[in-house]
Amino acid sequence: MFTTLLIEQLLNGLQLGVMLFLMAAGLTLIFGVMGLINLAHGSLYMIGAFACATVAAATGSFWIGLIASLAAAAGVGAIIEVAVIRRLYDRDHLDQVLATFALILILSEGARWLFGSFPLYLDIPPQLQGAVALPGGGQYQLYRLAIIGVGVVVAAGLYLLISRTRLGMRIRAGESDREMIGALGVDIGTLYTVVFALGAALAGLAGALVGALQSVQVGMGEPVLILAFVVIVIGGIGSIKGALVGAVIVGVVDTMGRFLLPSLLALTMPASQATTIGAALASMLIYVVMALILAFRPSGLFSAHS
Amino acid sequence: MNRILAASVFGLSLATSSLAYAEPVKIGVITTLSGGGAGLGIDMRDAFTLAMKQSGNKDVELVIEDDAQKPELAVQIAEKMIQGDKVDLMTGIIWSNLAMAVVPNTVAQDVIYLSPNAGPSALAGANCNPNYFNVAYQNDNFHEAMGQYANKDYKNAFILAPNYPAGKDALTGFKRYYKGALAGEIYTQVGQTDYAAEIAQIRASGADSVYFFLPGGMGIAFMKQYAQSGVGIPVTGPGFSFSQDVLPAIGDAAIGVKNSATWSKDLDNEANKKFVDAFKAEYKRLPSIYAAQSWDTANLILAALSKADVKDKDAFRAALKAADFKSVRGEFAFNNNNHPIQNVYIREVVKEDDGVLTNKIIATAFEHHKDAYAEKCAM
Repeated sequence: MFTTLLIEQLLNGLQLGVMLFLMAAGLTLIFGVMGLINLAHGSLYMIGAFACATVAAATGSFWIGLIASLAAAAGVGAIIEVAVIRRLYDRDHLDQVLATFALILILSEGARWLFGSFPLYLDIPPQLQGAVALPGGGQYQLYRLAIIGVGVVVAAGLYLLISRTRLGMRIRAGESDREMIGALGVDIGTLYTVVFALGAALAGLAGALVGALQSVQVGMGEPVLILAFVVIVIGGIGSIKGALVGAVIVGVVDTMGRFLLPSLLALTMPASQATTIGAALASMLIYVVMALILAFRPSGLFSAHS
Repeated sequence: MNRILAASVFGLSLATSSLAYAEPVKIGVITTLSGGGAGLGIDMRDAFTLAMKQSGNKDVELVIEDDAQKPELAVQIAEKMIQGDKVDLMTGIIWSNLAMAVVPNTVAQDVIYLSPNAGPSALAGANCNPNYFNVAYQNDNFHEAMGQYANKDYKNAFILAPNYPAGKDALTGFKRYYKGALAGEIYTQVGQTDYAAEIAQIRASGADSVYFFLPGGMGIAFMKQYAQSGVGIPVTGPGFSFSQDVLPAIGDAAIGVKNSATWSKDLDNEANKKFVDAFKAEYKRLPSIYAAQSWDTANLILAALSKADVKDKDAFRAALKAADFKSVRGEFAFNNNNHPIQNVYIREVVKEDDGVLTNKIIATAFEHHKDAYAEKCAM
C-alpha cells in the first residue's frame, strides 16, 4: 500500500514540476535573451486560463479553448512586448520590476473588469476523464499523466528548437552577445518579440492546462510565479535545461514534503501537533532546498552566464 | 429686495443643511475586493450597500476599502479609518487571520466592530470584548453541525482544512461532536491550489468519508480534482465549501453533497424572501452565505441606530445586543459573549430546473446553538 502511495506522490510531484517548467521555461528564456525580469509572466498564465475557459464555454470544446489560450497569451505577450517591454531593455532591473509589476495590476483589474470577480468554470475534456491503473494496483488520474506528457513534448520541442533551428541559433547568439548579432544584420526587435510571444504562449498553455484542474480566477498566476522564480534560480538563470531540472526538483520536493513530513514528525510527537508543524515545515521546504543549492552553486545548477 | 431675498435663501439653506447633516454615522468597511478571495468580499460589500440603500437612511456614510486578503494591509486601513476618517463603527472582514490582526486593536480603541463573517475562537472566549459583536457565527459552529451529522452515516472520516485560525477552529469544531475514528487529519497551505498529494493520501487512508473546509478558490480546486481523481469516497463540508459564490465553478461534481450552514436561500421567513429577491433584482445573481450575514449586519446596525445615538457608546452597545432586527436566518439572539445563538441546518446541493446549482435545507442539526467558548467569557 505504501509503495503505491509513494509512486502516486512521485507522479504528482512530477506533474507539478512539469507545470512549473512550462512557466519557468518562458521566464528563463526571456531573462536569458533579453536580460528582462518579467513579473507579469503570471498574468499571461492567467490570460491563458481565462481564454481557455471562455472559449471552451462558448464552443463546448476544451481543445479549441486550448488553442485559443495559446493564441491569446502569445498575442497579448507580443502586444505587451511592443508597447511596454521594448522600452525597458536598456533600463536597470528595478525599472523592469516596477513596470512589469504595474502590468500585473493592469492585467488583473482588466480581467476582473471583463470577466468579473467570481471564478470561471473549466472542466477537463471527456477524452481525458477518469483514471488509469498503475503497476502495483494503484490508480492515477489520466489528465495529470497527459500534463506530464505535454511537458515532455514541450521540453523536447524546445531542445530541438534551440539546438537545431535558425531561430534557435539566433536565440543562443542573442544570449551570448546582443550587440554582435545586431551588427551582423539580425533584426533584434523581431527576434525579441518572437521570443517574448513564445514564452507567453508557454505560460498560457500552463494556465489552460492547470485551469481545468483548479479554479480559473483573477490572481491565479502570482503564487505560481513565485515558484517559477524559485525554479529558475535553482536551475540557473537563462538555462532551459536548468529550468527543467529545477522544476522537477521543486515539484517533487514540495509534494513529498507535504506528504512525508507530517507522518515523519508523527513518530516523535502527538498527531495533531505533527500535522500542524509538518504543514508549516513543508511550506518552507523548497526555500530551504533553494538556499542549500545556492550555498554550493551560487549561480544555480546550470547557469547560462557562468 | 434682491439682496434680502438672497440672504433669506442663504439663511434657509444653512438651516436645512444643518438639519440634514445632523451627525452622519460613519461605518468603515474593510473587506477583500481583489485577489483570489474577492468573490466573498464583493458579496459582503454588495449586500451591505444594498441594505443601506433600501433602508433609505441618509445619515449613514460608508468608507469601503480593499484589504486584498493581506493582514498587514488590513491593519493599516483600520488605523487610517480610526485615526483619519474617525469612523463610529467598523465591519467587513472575511478572513479570520485578518480579523485577528485588526479586531483586538480596534476594540481596544473603543471602536465597535461587527463581524459579518470571521469568528475566531480566540475572540469568543476569555478575550471577548463588549465592543466586539459577531453577527455571523463562531468559527466552530458549522463544523460542529457537520460532525454531529456525520455520526449518522460515517465511522472513519478523513478531515482537512487550511493552516490558519479558521482552519484549526474548523477541525476542532468537527471533532467536538464527531464520535467516529479519524482516518487522517491534514492542514494545507492557505491559498493552495493543487491537492493531488492530499487526495492520494485520502485514497490510501481507507476512510469512509471526507470532511473538508476550504473556502473560496481553494474549495473549487479541491472539489474538481477530487471528482476527477476517481476516489469516490463521499465528501461533506461546511456551507463555505459549497456556497453560492463557488458552486458554478465546481459544477455538477457538487450535486448531492451535504453541507452545514446557518442560512440557505430557501429558508422560509419573510426577511429572507425579501433579501433574496432584492439581491437577485439588484445584482442578477443568487446571494451567498456571506451576503446573507452581511445583510443581517447592516440591518442590525440600522435597527440599533433607530434606538440609540452612536456617540453614546453604552446605549448603542445595549441597542446592538438587543438584536432587535428581522434576521434572514430566522430567530437570532446574542449570547453573553456577543456571538449568535441560532439554528444550524444541513443543506444539500441541488440543480434547479433552470440549471442553476444551489442549496436546499434537508435537516436541522442544532436549534438555538451556542458556541463552546461563551462560558470562558466574563461578560
